[in-house]
Amino acid sequence: MAIRGIREYDGKKLMAQVMDRFSSKPLGMNPNYALVTPETDLEKLPVSEPWLNNTRLVVKPDMLFGKRGKNNLLKLNATWAEAAAWIKAKREETVTVSGVQGRLTEFLIEPFTPHPEDKEFYVAMRSFRDEDVVYFSLKGGIYVEENWDQVKEIHIPTMKDNQLVEAKSISFAGQLPVEGAEKAQIEDFVTALYRFYADQGFAYLEINPFTLAEGKVIPLDLVAKIDDTAAFEHLDTWGTTLTFPAGFGHHLSPDEAKVKAMDAKTGASLKLTVLNPDGRIWPMVAGGGASVIFADTVADLGYIDELGMYGEYSGDPNEEFTYQYACVILDLMTRKPHPKGKALLIGGGIANFTDVAATFKGIIRAISQYADLLREGNVKIYVRRGGPNYKAGLEQMRSLGGKLNLPIEVYGPETHMTNIVPMAIAALQ
Amino acid sequence: MTQSYQLFSKNTRAIIYNLQVNAVQRMLDFDYVCRRDKPSVAAIIDPNAKQGGNHKVFWGTKEIIIPIYSSIAQATKRHPDADVLINFASFRSAYATSVEGINEPTIKTVVIIAEGVPERRARELAALAIARNKVVIGPATVGGILAGGFKIGNTGGTIENIIESKLHRTGSVGFVSKSGGMSNEAYNIIACNTDGLYEGIAIGGDAYPGSTLLDHLLRFEANPEVKMLACLGEVGGTEEYRIVEAIKAKKITKPLVCWVTGTIASKMKGEVQFGHAGAKAGASNETAEAKNQALAEAGVIVPKSFDDYGMKLAETFEKMKAAGKIPERTLPDTPAIPADYNALKAKGQVRKGTNFICTITDDTGDEPLYCGIPMSKVVEHNMPLGELIALLWFKKRLPAWGAQFMELVLRLTADHGPCVSGAHNTIVTARAGKDLMTSVATGILTIGPRFGGAVSGAAKQFSEAIRKGQTPLEFVNHMKNTNVNIQGIGHKIKSASNPDIRVTLLKKFAKENFPKTPHLDFALEVEKITLTKRNNLILNVDGAIGILFLDLMASGGDLFTDQEKAEIIEFGILDGLFMLGRTIGMVGHFFDQKRLRSGLYRHPMDDVLYDLPEPSDLGYDW
Repeated sequence: MAIRGIREYDGKKLMAQVMDRFSSKPLGMNPNYALVTPETDLEKLPVSEPWLNNTRLVVKPDMLFGKRGKNNLLKLNATWAEAAAWIKAKREETVTVSGVQGRLTEFLIEPFTPHPEDKEFYVAMRSFRDEDVVYFSLKGGIYVEENWDQVKEIHIPTMKDNQLVEAKSISFAGQLPVEGAEKAQIEDFVTALYRFYADQGFAYLEINPFTLAEGKVIPLDLVAKIDDTAAFEHLDTWGTTLTFPAGFGHHLSPDEAKVKAMDAKTGASLKLTVLNPDGRIWPMVAGGGASVIFADTVADLGYIDELGMYGEYSGDPNEEFTYQYACVILDLMTRKPHPKGKALLIGGGIANFTDVAATFKGIIRAISQYADLLREGNVKIYVRRGGPNYKAGLEQMRSLGGKLNLPIEVYGPETHMTNIVPMAIAALQ
Repeated sequence: MTQSYQLFSKNTRAIIYNLQVNAVQRMLDFDYVCRRDKPSVAAIIDPNAKQGGNHKVFWGTKEIIIPIYSSIAQATKRHPDADVLINFASFRSAYATSVEGINEPTIKTVVIIAEGVPERRARELAALAIARNKVVIGPATVGGILAGGFKIGNTGGTIENIIESKLHRTGSVGFVSKSGGMSNEAYNIIACNTDGLYEGIAIGGDAYPGSTLLDHLLRFEANPEVKMLACLGEVGGTEEYRIVEAIKAKKITKPLVCWVTGTIASKMKGEVQFGHAGAKAGASNETAEAKNQALAEAGVIVPKSFDDYGMKLAETFEKMKAAGKIPERTLPDTPAIPADYNALKAKGQVRKGTNFICTITDDTGDEPLYCGIPMSKVVEHNMPLGELIALLWFKKRLPAWGAQFMELVLRLTADHGPCVSGAHNTIVTARAGKDLMTSVATGILTIGPRFGGAVSGAAKQFSEAIRKGQTPLEFVNHMKNTNVNIQGIGHKIKSASNPDIRVTLLKKFAKENFPKTPHLDFALEVEKITLTKRNNLILNVDGAIGILFLDLMASGGDLFTDQEKAEIIEFGILDGLFMLGRTIGMVGHFFDQKRLRSGLYRHPMDDVLYDLPEPSDLGYDW
């Protein structure tokens, strides 16, 4: 993971705290934002955020999805009492956003800024391989897309005249299509915003719209993505509190949660996403790259509906974790037997330095434990793996089949990695 | 002379940033099976080795030395023939060190292994490389390999796999992928379906690799040794469309077999989230399907799924071969790499005798074991120090009174003032400006037959007398007749009328706590006899300790065998008690002198009697 969405609250707070560093004069960004989470006590919030009681407010879900106005998830010009009542009601609702169902759990509260519609500006910044691009338009808000031809693009190359371009040397004075009294203020703001963007690890930033009120720039709606690998460069500003929330409606099943907890405990990687609990093809694949290819191949051969899960184990998990991970998968696939049976793919490419025989120990323990259920469920097992000590590992798997009276087919590097996918598909017919 | 499309040859030499013991050995093993003239690692940079140094590695069966430098500048200055920097720096320092490498005139290629380099830094590195006409491979890569010529770091896995995948000799296929993890598998597929790999590069899984899939495909296109191209792309990004453009522009004409992985991604809901207007171009054309389709339409050989990838490679290769475009290749005679001892040991296939035996402490597990007892249990049960000492010295569990006796001895011997030889030496040495270890060692070195060391001697003489069945009087007479001093009897200052309080305390403790004290009783009878000769021939502290230890060993039932008892005395283990106790005092005297800032001690001349011989008496006439 590198580029991850952050909450509007975090983006605006970061602007308020840090942007003045990038401007020759103080920008006076509004510092008053509050985030409501499931843990927030709404009765006590005005104690720590006293401005809530003497300002008209805007409230909206802050969960990495947009189009909140269209979805009727925006409360404007509210008193604190009205805002709190609205949050309480919305917390109880299940909503559908872009086809995904979920509960509303996080809300952003900020001061309400009345403004005329023609004072809505658009600014966005995006990074490409050899340049950053700043987009600016006087026609912001909901009309920006239909007026995209009026968006001014400014390209900032990474390299100029054989030297790396420093963000602090960039100024947009005289480059934005804005005239009159607001010109200097908007240019200063966009200039500081770009320097902030480039310095603070952003990969995408869109403020649509921002407006001007009482001589200050007010960002109204903000979407931002941050490169989380830059965290070590920004401990002073991101601190340890900047979070990278999962997408809306992203809920883990108990099995997925179990694997996620295991993953957190080990330095290795253990992943599980259940796609179809009734699926008949279950790939337990080593390695990030290989696991995607196994899943691809099932789908490419037309059997995505039979794919039970996507997952991977890598980074040399120890025997105990491999055993537990295998148990989760075996348990899932033996819960509801299918008359034509199911297939378990113990797959993987040629390992670099992982001892294959050692990693198979945990899997063998799990298969032995589930042997009766696997036999009853008519589960066929296909193994394909290579790497250090793979011959001993494959031999252990072969003899396991005989010992437990289970159909286990075993292949090494002489067989193409994904060949066991069509074999399994054929056996399930 | 190498061409611009050639990053590596059989003579390429690299500088390794950060001491990566395994990666360096793997590179040299590869070099050895390829029969390279010189090792591919010219130097190692270890930023912590301020003085530089040397690193020992195997070159086949021999060992050779690779120099270590503390900076890139030093290494490149001393090794101008090395034009590859393989950078194993962490994600924190990868950027700065890679910039340094790119800016070195002798370095042509920088490989960045680290995962987690911030994207903006990666983009800067990519731009800088172009401006300086350098090649960056990575970040987040395992590297790459020129079959039979040069291997980057850990590429290719174990030497067995390298040989099985024929990476130790050249083939016809130029391969490039994003993923390093899948590159081993890809090399195996290429070995199974063609005449093998010519060169393989993993550009790294990050969004902004320093060099791109296309950059390397264009190099392969220009290289007449490469007959066909193979590529594995990945969902996300638009890099594969640049390949499509290059094919349309006839910049790539060699047959290319390509597959973009991650076709599953668009079929799984809710994973990818793109932004608003700015990301308008995103979404649909970055899927694996869209890219595979565009590649196929441009004439690239695209399999139906990854499952056919090998088949497509084989078909393409056979066509090229039928057209006479592939040279005949023979497998070279390959020298065997001696098996690594540790690997064989792990498999239980080799054994070797040890040179050392240890029977008291085991530090090979999670926590040290004292005679089998985990350290945590020692703490949990609050094991008395005396019991712990006996455990490690004698491998015995002493009864509580025995452990208390040991501690009593330590307390009584902890110090005896500045004037005894041990403390005196410590003080003089400390005042000469020497360190703690040296000062205390000079003190310890005075412990022997005349100072503190009578513990063993007394134990030995008295135990022998009792064993022989001598009476106290027979013992005293026997010693007198053989002209041997009785050890443990006599004191310079103390006397019957001025008893040594330490001996008094030891005797009291023994009488109150030991089940029986036959050796002490015997010694007290001896003392009665010697006191008739002189008032200061008393049982002294060394004697009391040694003799009471005999009683301890005798009172514990069969805790100690006769042989063990004899060995404890013979090996001088009992002197260890005095040494251990007195070390406390000597360390104290050292600190005392340091705190006092005492200057160098010079002994006063008037305290020395000077009495020299006449030179003429010695036969000198000078």
